[in-house]
Amino acid sequence: MKSKIALAFQNCKKEKRPALITYTVAGDNTKNNSLKILNEISKYADILEFGFPHNTPIADGGQIQGSSNRALKNGIKLRDVFQIVKKFKKNNPSKPIILMGYFNLIYQNGENNFLKSCKLSGVDGLIIVDLPYPENKNFAKKCKKKSISFIQLLSPTTSKDRMKKIINDSHEMIYYISMLSTTGGKLKVSPKKILQNYNKIKRINPKKNLVIGFGITEKTISSLKSANGLVVGSMLCKIISKSLKMRQNPVTKLAKVVYSLKKKIL
Amino acid sequence: MKLKIRKNLALIDQHDNNFMYGGKFGGNFIPETLKKPIDDLTKLFTKLRKDKKFLKERDHYFETYVGAPTPFIKLDNLTDHLGGAQIYAKVVSEANGGAHKIYNATVHCLIAKKAGKRYIVGDTGAGYAGKMLSMAAKKFGLKCKIFMGAKDIKRQRPNVEAMKKNGASIVPVTTGSQTLVDAVSECMRYWVSNCDTTHMCVGSTVGPNIFIKICAWSTAQISRELIKQIKEEFGRIPKKLKLINCVGGGSSAAGFWNEFMNTDAEFIGVEAGGPKNSNLHAAPLTNGSKIGILHGAAQYVIQDKEGQIGSTESISAGLDYPGISPLHCFLKDAKRARYTSANDEEALSAYKLVSRLENISPSLEPSHAFAEAIKLAPKLDSSEVIIVNSCGDSIKDKDIIRQKLGSYKR
Repeated sequence: MKSKIALAFQNCKKEKRPALITYTVAGDNTKNNSLKILNEISKYADILEFGFPHNTPIADGGQIQGSSNRALKNGIKLRDVFQIVKKFKKNNPSKPIILMGYFNLIYQNGENNFLKSCKLSGVDGLIIVDLPYPENKNFAKKCKKKSISFIQLLSPTTSKDRMKKIINDSHEMIYYISMLSTTGGKLKVSPKKILQNYNKIKRINPKKNLVIGFGITEKTISSLKSANGLVVGSMLCKIISKSLKMRQNPVTKLAKVVYSLKKKIL
Repeated sequence: MKLKIRKNLALIDQHDNNFMYGGKFGGNFIPETLKKPIDDLTKLFTKLRKDKKFLKERDHYFETYVGAPTPFIKLDNLTDHLGGAQIYAKVVSEANGGAHKIYNATVHCLIAKKAGKRYIVGDTGAGYAGKMLSMAAKKFGLKCKIFMGAKDIKRQRPNVEAMKKNGASIVPVTTGSQTLVDAVSECMRYWVSNCDTTHMCVGSTVGPNIFIKICAWSTAQISRELIKQIKEEFGRIPKKLKLINCVGGGSSAAGFWNEFMNTDAEFIGVEAGGPKNSNLHAAPLTNGSKIGILHGAAQYVIQDKEGQIGSTESISAGLDYPGISPLHCFLKDAKRARYTSANDEEALSAYKLVSRLENISPSLEPSHAFAEAIKLAPKLDSSEVIIVNSCGDSIKDKDIIRQKLGSYKR
């Protein structure tokens, strides 16, 4: 049986467009609002990345740190993250959801325990920022056994040999980091250059769904739409920060932005 | 499983294929982007440590620039005052710049040059790592950027001024607790974005494996000097010898103990216990913290049940770190070293006593080690020898000392 992530990509391919993948942080700005946000933006987004926040992130820029801090201040715990996913999935069973975060939380929770909770709540995939290949081999295998996609990351610094190995061991989705940056950096490489790298990776195995992330905003998204999928994260976190500052409702604000992102890649 | 330290292999090399010590400490928990720069650095360092020319270069700068050997002196007055063990100090604070951080900084600049990098970045807590990196960068013609917590910038002003004088740009880190832990995170984030042009120097024996190795390999100079000095003083290594060192990240202790690994010398690491009446501390080994992942490495780390890194507090910015080097976790579990803590008040009164009786003025970090020596010495026989690594100079703490003790004299 095809996974929900694979099905989402298949649908997008039929519509000849990239999958729109959003990233928001669980508990930002409240547990309830982060669930409402998922409910609203899932009308337009194809796959939802959902961050479980960590207070010492080594690869996130200011925007995602801000969202994580808000969520942690509100006392978000892993238990809450799974509960939000479960509630979301009740109404949206076919929408794939990917948890993203740092390994220490999984390590403290226990790998098996964590995966069990993923399974029970309906998580479809995992991105673990600080568990690179080949250190992630065992954990990725455990994920596969539970039919949870472990999403491998590739970066502009990844050598071709290493890419081949990673792709070979990857599941149905691979994440290409567009540039040397933390999340939320300004796009400092031209979309043309990014797509060149993207195509090189695609040639290694055209069947794998390859998505591009980092530095993607309303301004840059349409220039990259030949990819299988595009991830927008920091920009969304920024919108939440902004709307809170201006005392606007972050939920409706975010829904509007994701709608307009979607229109740009149709 | 009981962990064992192997005799015929340098401690820094006693890891498995995943770069883990004892199967559970260290490793490389890093974003994909850093895999290659870290691999490249690992290959380069592996080559350089075997390169006779490079070693000669290192020794040359250690001798002429750092100032080797640093003095090894007996603290007669302190010994008499306490009555008991003979107390000595390895006065590493006499090294150029005033602390052991100069060894790691110098080696990193030499490596950066070999790697063809023109920029170097580093983190700092007490400011010594940053000061030394800025000094060495200036000497070797590298552009330097230092990440420092905003709280530490305020409390370690003299070192901040020194960095500025050396032409480094200082980036105040205002996230989280605004101390060393956040400075290291921010520095790593900067490196993720700039690893193609920039070399990163982690200021202690923490972080991804290669940084632990380079740092401990550099500070090992301390014990290379000391083992010779001890043999000159005593004719041999004394039978009952205690080597006492403060530990925050653990770089000076790793260097202070390295050459004594296969001797009978007893290693005592002293963590920062924090204020007497506070639950906060910076002593993960003493207080039984669990293993977690911080800054790319598995280690005992102060954290909550979920795995969020915990808050710390210490009067000593250099020890104010929630984690501890994987090397020390390994030494602890292998029972090769034992770890204890001294609180802020004990460190301050140790500073007061040592600087009053002796002609040295240890910073608040080694004052923690002196506090332990002061506790132990009276209980020991005069045939026993205690050596404290006086690894930093108090000048950087003059504001804090003046505030806490009313005056600061040099």
